[in-house]
Amino acid sequence: MFVKFMETISVYAIPLIILIIPIYGFIKKVKVYEAFTEGAKEGFTTGVTIIPYLVAMLVAIGIFRASGALDILVSVVSPITNLFGMPAEVLPMALMRPLSGGGASGIMNDLFTTYGPDSLIGRMASVMNGSTETTFYVLAVYFGAVGIKKTRHAVPAGLIADVVGLLTAVFVTNLMFK
Amino acid sequence: MINVIWLGFIAIGIIVALVTGNAQVITDAALASADTAVELSIGLIGVMALWLGLMKIAEEAGMVRALGNALRPIMKFLFPEVPDDHPAMGAIVMNMAANIFGLGNAATPLGIKAMKELQKLNDEKDTATNPMCTFLAINTSSLTLIASSVVAYRAAAGSTNATEIIGATIIATIASTIAAIIAVKLLQKLPIFNKTEKEAVQKN
Repeated sequence: MFVKFMETISVYAIPLIILIIPIYGFIKKVKVYEAFTEGAKEGFTTGVTIIPYLVAMLVAIGIFRASGALDILVSVVSPITNLFGMPAEVLPMALMRPLSGGGASGIMNDLFTTYGPDSLIGRMASVMNGSTETTFYVLAVYFGAVGIKKTRHAVPAGLIADVVGLLTAVFVTNLMFK
Repeated sequence: MINVIWLGFIAIGIIVALVTGNAQVITDAALASADTAVELSIGLIGVMALWLGLMKIAEEAGMVRALGNALRPIMKFLFPEVPDDHPAMGAIVMNMAANIFGLGNAATPLGIKAMKELQKLNDEKDTATNPMCTFLAINTSSLTLIASSVVAYRAAAGSTNATEIIGATIIATIASTIAAIIAVKLLQKLPIFNKTEKEAVQKN
């Protein structure tokens, strides 16, 4: 019921927004075409502004991923995460999640192939992946778009949120499906 | 912080690769990642132009302001430094709504729009303000209620009940968002994260 409701919203929201904003603007005597193009002009510069930030971030993460350093990190961290009820098999995905959305989904699909999507490991990976974001990508894009270089407490706060989200995913999955 | 993490990724990655005799993969990964970054940035231009255009209409019609006002009590708690009636509030509300309903394509341009509005209130253009950090942390914590891409992957992998993870996902999403809010609100008080702002005040 709830899922159906959310799916319906997802399908109709964008067309309705694209319809309602210009109509409302027109009623309010906004010169809609002129205002749209005026705003849209910024799209190009914003995209280009993000490039250096995203290159810096993705190159660093790409090097880290390709090197196999993640495997070493997994062996260091897994004794701790085992204590929280996280199987060692899902740990690589948990560590990948803040770095690369595509990378995390790739690991999740490997886990589905090996253990099945309806196994405890498959379910836990699903919940983890669905409840967190690609923190470093969001950081590079959002701060990059306005040229923020000194990020202050944004990174630690984002990473704390990731850890809490991932651990909650572990607890809830164990509680509901074990 | 970001400098240490960035250097850490590169230094640890390259040292591990050299030790394990994997030097070639580093070169490939670095070049491929740089390409991907440009593709992603350029790929944002179209959808960004669309949403920035729509937002301009909404702004001139007074819709953005009205949206911000509609959720004023929550917004005031999350972003006390942003003045009432500022268009940043409306843009933030729209970004969060798009995230909650899983409209990823709309959420990113709207989030960037919100950042641009927050940047107008910033005296020190290269340093993040408290509202920027709060907004970013909430976004990185994920707000999406229905993880539709995960459900799709599960269905494709032959799950007998692809949507059964949604309840657990919502609980974990809410927990991480609450953690993000508590974390930013506490961390922004720490002197090490506050330093640059104090300097800015002194300069003025």
